[in-house]
Amino acid sequence: MALSADEAARFAVVLEDHQEALVTVWTERVASTLRGRLSQAELQRQNTELRRGFQQALAGAAQDLSGESAAELRAQLSELSSTRARQGFSATETAVSIFAFKEAVLATLDAQDSTNASTLRDYVALSALVDEAALFTFDSYVRVREELIADQTEQLLELSTPVVKLWEGVVAVPLVGTLDSARAQVVMERLLQTLVDTSSPYAIIDITGVPAVDTQVAQHILKTVVAARLMGADCIISGIRPQIAQTIVALGIEFGDIATKATLADALRYVLAQTSKKGR
Amino acid sequence: MERVPILKIGAILLVSIQIDMEDQVALQLQEDLADRIVATGCHGVIIDISALDIVDSFVGRTLATIAGISKVLDADTVVVGMRPAVAITLVELGLSLPGIRTALNVELGMDLLARERFQDEDEDEDGPDNAETPVVPAP
Repeated sequence: MALSADEAARFAVVLEDHQEALVTVWTERVASTLRGRLSQAELQRQNTELRRGFQQALAGAAQDLSGESAAELRAQLSELSSTRARQGFSATETAVSIFAFKEAVLATLDAQDSTNASTLRDYVALSALVDEAALFTFDSYVRVREELIADQTEQLLELSTPVVKLWEGVVAVPLVGTLDSARAQVVMERLLQTLVDTSSPYAIIDITGVPAVDTQVAQHILKTVVAARLMGADCIISGIRPQIAQTIVALGIEFGDIATKATLADALRYVLAQTSKKGR
Repeated sequence: MERVPILKIGAILLVSIQIDMEDQVALQLQEDLADRIVATGCHGVIIDISALDIVDSFVGRTLATIAGISKVLDADTVVVGMRPAVAITLVELGLSLPGIRTALNVELGMDLLARERFQDEDEDEDGPDNAETPVVPAP
């Protein structure tokens, strides 16, 4: 049920005339749902701005949220939901902040003391607009949260795959956490690039931090080793825990002629022995 | 037609491939390289592919053929400078370039060749030495 131009104009006047009272009631309602996690002053400021946004939209005879005059209101709503999302408020708490506007308007209308059937009709129409605004808030909230999650996933990838130089000509990749295709790809690229940058002919892949090795994880590790070999570097796999060794054999995973060591120290000792043998 | 230059550095021939390997280019390179190995008597060949964006099965086969030809003429071949992206693509395609030795860069490639040469000579010397040791009586 869309808002007609008349109704919009009438509400714009109501919002203008009773702004003080309206914002106060609204702020109280919102504050009670947020249980003191935002200060009263902060809410007051937000609601004052939002009220202005609603008033401008209504004064511009906005039928719904997509109109030209509601542009500022939309901007305010997305701003609100993005700050709330980043502050860790739930979607409901964010949307309820907007729904509370209806109660505030109702309280204002009650105070006017001239309620009749047309007022009710007006109110229902306004209510539709507020619902739309709340849904919009919900949408932007979800969008912001998804962006957050995507950012964090990327950061996790960055964080979890360091390539460290252990010795002159020896680099190590301590793998921590589950190795899925995306991570394996990042690890592989990072390792190969480091091999080129540091011209290290040896790489140690330490899987102490990998909770489980299945055929897929083994496949990823093997691919990395083969790629490193193609480039002229040798890979050693270290940090194989007893249970992992049992799983590897039970699954029939073949590491072929790739050197595997129980600990990183063993692997380093092996590499140093190799280099001294070659460099004699 | 484009040709791949072959540079002689000490006892090593350096081939840096910087153009697309087409049939004609590859055949010409094989021919030129065989001639040069015989002419110079070099014992090592380094093929630098750091400028190649794409290494497909054809290039892989060409490299293997070159390595084979060199082997027959008593020269070791090392392929150097493969880019990470190329290595990843080859692995994804399941190509492992059999019969080709690799090194990360030209320097490490030269080290590898020098070491191999040294070992070969060592073994050649060791062989007769060991055989003779019991025969020669201690003074």
